[in-house]
Amino acid sequence: MTDQTSNAGAVRPQTSKAEKSGLFGLRGKDASLLILVAILTLCAPFILNPFPEGSAMAQFNAGYPDLMQRFVIFGIFAIGFNILFGLTGYLSFGHAAFLGVGSYAGIWSMKLLTLNVIPSILVSIVVAGLFSLIVGWISLRRSGIYFSILTLAFAMMSFALAYSVLTPITGGETGLQLKYFDPRILDGALAEGTTPRANLFGLEMGTSYELAVGNWLFTFNAGYYIAAICMLAAFYLSIRIFRSPFGMMLRAVKSNQQRLNYTGISPKPYTLAAFVISGMYAGLAGGLLVAMDTQVGAERMFWTASGEVVLMTILGGAGTLIGPVLGAGFIKYMENIVSTINKTTLEGWFAFMPDGLSDVFVTIVYPFVGKGWHLTLGLLFMAVVIFLPGGLVQGGQKLAAMFRRDKSGTGATKAAKE
Amino acid sequence: MTKSNFTRRGVLKTGAVAGAGLATPTIFTGAVWADAHSGFTNAPQGDTVTLGFNVPQSGPYADEGADELRAFELAVEHLNGGGDGGMLNTFSSKVLDGTGIMGKRVEFVTGDTQTKSDAARASARSMIEKDGAIMVSGGSSSGVAVAVQALCQEAGIIFMAGLTHSNDTTGKDKKANGFRHFFNSYMSGAALAPILAAQYGTDRKAYHLTADYNWGYTTEEAVRSSTEAQGWETVNSVLTPLTQTDFSSYIAPVLQSDADVLVLNHYGGNMVNSLTNAVQFGLRDRMVNGKKFEIVVPLYSELMARGAGENIAGILGSQNWDWKLENQLGAKYAGTNAFVQSFGTKYGFPPSQAAHTCYVQTLLYADAVTRAGSFNPCAVVEALEGFEFDGLGNGPTLYRADDHQCFKDVVVVRGKENPENEFDLVEIVEVTPVDQVTYAPDHPQFAGGSLGTCNPGA
Amino acid sequence: MEAIILQVLNGLDKGSAYALIALGLTLIFGTLGVVNFAHGALFMLGAFCAVTFSRLIQVSHTVIDETQKDFLGNPLKVDVPYIYDFFGQAAGDVMIDWAVPLSILMAIPVMIGIGVLMERGLIKHFYKRPHADQILVTFGLAIVLQEIIKYFYGANPIPTPAPDALVGSFDFGVMLGFDPGGIVYPYWRLVYFLFAAIVIAAVFAFLQFTTFGMVVRAGMADRETVTLLGIDIDKRFTIMFGLAAAVAGLAGVMYTPINSPNYHMGMDFLVLSFVVVVVGGMGSLPGAVLAGFLLGIIEAFASMPEVLNVLPGINQIIIYLVAIVVLLTRPRGLMGRKGVMED
Repeated sequence: MTDQTSNAGAVRPQTSKAEKSGLFGLRGKDASLLILVAILTLCAPFILNPFPEGSAMAQFNAGYPDLMQRFVIFGIFAIGFNILFGLTGYLSFGHAAFLGVGSYAGIWSMKLLTLNVIPSILVSIVVAGLFSLIVGWISLRRSGIYFSILTLAFAMMSFALAYSVLTPITGGETGLQLKYFDPRILDGALAEGTTPRANLFGLEMGTSYELAVGNWLFTFNAGYYIAAICMLAAFYLSIRIFRSPFGMMLRAVKSNQQRLNYTGISPKPYTLAAFVISGMYAGLAGGLLVAMDTQVGAERMFWTASGEVVLMTILGGAGTLIGPVLGAGFIKYMENIVSTINKTTLEGWFAFMPDGLSDVFVTIVYPFVGKGWHLTLGLLFMAVVIFLPGGLVQGGQKLAAMFRRDKSGTGATKAAKE
Repeated sequence: MTKSNFTRRGVLKTGAVAGAGLATPTIFTGAVWADAHSGFTNAPQGDTVTLGFNVPQSGPYADEGADELRAFELAVEHLNGGGDGGMLNTFSSKVLDGTGIMGKRVEFVTGDTQTKSDAARASARSMIEKDGAIMVSGGSSSGVAVAVQALCQEAGIIFMAGLTHSNDTTGKDKKANGFRHFFNSYMSGAALAPILAAQYGTDRKAYHLTADYNWGYTTEEAVRSSTEAQGWETVNSVLTPLTQTDFSSYIAPVLQSDADVLVLNHYGGNMVNSLTNAVQFGLRDRMVNGKKFEIVVPLYSELMARGAGENIAGILGSQNWDWKLENQLGAKYAGTNAFVQSFGTKYGFPPSQAAHTCYVQTLLYADAVTRAGSFNPCAVVEALEGFEFDGLGNGPTLYRADDHQCFKDVVVVRGKENPENEFDLVEIVEVTPVDQVTYAPDHPQFAGGSLGTCNPGA
Repeated sequence: MEAIILQVLNGLDKGSAYALIALGLTLIFGTLGVVNFAHGALFMLGAFCAVTFSRLIQVSHTVIDETQKDFLGNPLKVDVPYIYDFFGQAAGDVMIDWAVPLSILMAIPVMIGIGVLMERGLIKHFYKRPHADQILVTFGLAIVLQEIIKYFYGANPIPTPAPDALVGSFDFGVMLGFDPGGIVYPYWRLVYFLFAAIVIAAVFAFLQFTTFGMVVRAGMADRETVTLLGIDIDKRFTIMFGLAAAVAGLAGVMYTPINSPNYHMGMDFLVLSFVVVVVGGMGSLPGAVLAGFLLGIIEAFASMPEVLNVLPGINQIIIYLVAIVVLLTRPRGLMGRKGVMED
């Protein structure tokens, strides 16, 4: 597979011997990207809630805990997927299985050990890592589409078994939830009838601090910030991997595996390592999902979920650092915001127009929102890939280029676009 | 600063303070609101109250979800005093007067469950955290119902289940904040068995095809134990994958067995396909041991029956409600015609049972709030527990306190041989009275859960 | 014995659908090198050609019948199809009855048209793009096509019965000398199998025995050389795309009486058809057909109660298990060529 960024690594051989300077050993551009992402993530409750409460546009606010958590968690998932796909070009079509296995492991840790999220997340990562080691070891014997179908087959088997035969372990259709009578050997027993809640040394994930400024309401949620810190760590690690000799080797696998073979290097250990790392990222995402919302359903392992992370990565820009996060945010936003716009909401928006005109607008817009949100999603997929071959990141680059032209080339940072 | 597990957007949505805020930006912390607010999640502020209607809008159940949404919109219209009032006129409790709920106008938000438990919870959380919904209702599968019910328990709001038929919803996964009006697998089995025995005889050999997930298991168990009590024998039972579309390879072995009844424990798309395939293989014309071969579908869905077309002719099944009840069985089922009239006038076709249960659940919630005099979930739970009512289309009904399940008559229906139109596909065979479908709260098919205590949230 | 023969028949029948879809998919891989995630949607569009056709010939004008009442007590409106006015009631009824087979006549031009339009309008621009981009754009297209169908036809399955003469089943076993009632098989499923066999044979004959097919095959093997010979291979490949779309569409048309079509039936088949193509081996037409029938038969056997008693749940995973075993023992599937979609 060719990719617009496949040569990016090759022309930058100095990265491998980059000095350990700057922020946590990152070079200038990467350091400023990390800082930018950190600022955006930490200020997300402000950025995602630009519209005042009660206004017609408040529908588009995304700054509530559930969606913010989903943004960063699926961001982690996509970052991890990109380490495999963006660097080695191996297209896994079964990554959701690792997310699902991680989730099941995490919730069992909360059922059997403790409600503290740290052991649960660690268990998720380890179990998903082990599962991806097995799947990767088998699937990486093949390449190209044969590899994709092998991973797909493993994921679909995981889904089918979790939904039906393994119901005693997975809860099947109704999923797994915490109960007050779960054993939890490290915690004291809960009072009868109480609801178990995931916590971090007593700080419950659902705890929120609300800040009201005028008509605006901003919610700072403990769970979100824990997930956000995980994402920043995951993002930092991914930059380090991209810039490391290991990352170079993975790019070499992508550009010409045969040449690698001729030089006497076996690519398998490298690709397997990348596969397991991205499986552990998926496990982290799965563990965080149950930490934020303590239930698991088997649907998160269905092939459409695996397809979703592929789409997130490509949509954002495969092989770029920030692309997958953008893609994840884009798809989750569509799923959670556009799907909730109903006819009543639309009538509210167009109420300022004369009666006949507003009806016309409602009729035109209605098929694309609410139950038609998939249509908008499909159209946007096509639009992005047709007009922005490099994904959303390229859109950002184009915008930045326009911006620079207007400002007659004042050195705006290009780091964010890498 | 407040420590709340779910935020209270309702606080700022409306109200006088919000208007003043723009001119002089002030920083409030949650403490200011804590006083104003009554100690439970999403307490309605101002003159409106927000309900969340979480229905499948994409995926195979999208049409069923659309019908549920129509019913919700109609219920809201009636609660706010619009339309002809529908079942408000026939409902035995008379506290609802068309001025919203406790004088607050009812508003609603909608979301897409996609018939996936994860997506349904995400959508419900957005309603609770973003839109300040005080009650969530809807849904078209038990997986979704159980997942959202648990969420509402955690969040401290009320969940009024939509279409969910698995025993687990009010069995091992029951929750204090969750209520189900729809009937369940056990009731289907108990209602069908005597009628099956009367129609087809007590000396029958049944072959079960069962959807390989929780709802399928509970339905098979219920039908099996009820029919075996009538003297039937179960010769085989085969689990079929959810994702199966062509059931031919599961139907063919039925021909090889000596079974003379096929029970299809399938719902929705699975049901349409397995029934269509069974009829293709000539099972309807088959004679075994001198008896005519019969097919049974424990849970009928009118919408999906439409997909099976003429294949449903003569097939017995059970329903929670049917729009012809009052016309055919008299005033005991009062409310049915009032609802059908207002639904039909607004949308041009009769409502499905999914629409009915969603409409009734909304009314029951509004009524419970008004009777309790509070939106506090614990007060609502108290008002609904043990509530006996009538005039909502099912005859006298009890919301049992032990498990938050409604107990009422179950309708046994048969696919019409010559339906006149696509909305009139089934005929009512009989109504099984409520005491035949009532079970003890500790019945083994419902074991393993506990309601817990009601949770008012923050 | 009867049970085994029945499952072989079932397998061949399932396999017919898999093989037809996979055949088109692999044609597009082989000729254009494009990963077409919209292929399931083409199957679905074919099925809705049948639905649309049977609705078109039943387009009616309304007559109010004062003698009957509808559910709200208003006078009943009765629909009279226009086709009665044109051909008389008897001929009209026959046409309505035979709507599904007749709709093939409509489906072939429509599907070829859609295929050519898709290729010229969209896919053409993606030949040189990475496979990932092809996946994204065709998946987007699949969603859009699906949602358009949902908008007009709803999400519910739509019953589309076979002609009355072909409804029901007949005793197949007696013809082979088994006891009566041993092997009873539905007419339409046999029709479907025969239909699939004819279409597959026709595609192979077209590629094998016509000059056009010869050039296409040469182009699949070595596109550059064929282009250097001065042949406009692109134009031929466009026609092949139309042909592949038509094959998928016909598979859909004829499938409607087996299972009522709905808007997401394409997605249900998409993953399976990819598995079939890959198990058959990339770039191999016979491989796709062989794998289709093979997986169909294996799936049928895995759902027998005797098998499930020994291995509960095997029906859930069998296809994927077989795919894994085949790909691990035969690196390029059953009949794959070296170097196709391996990088």
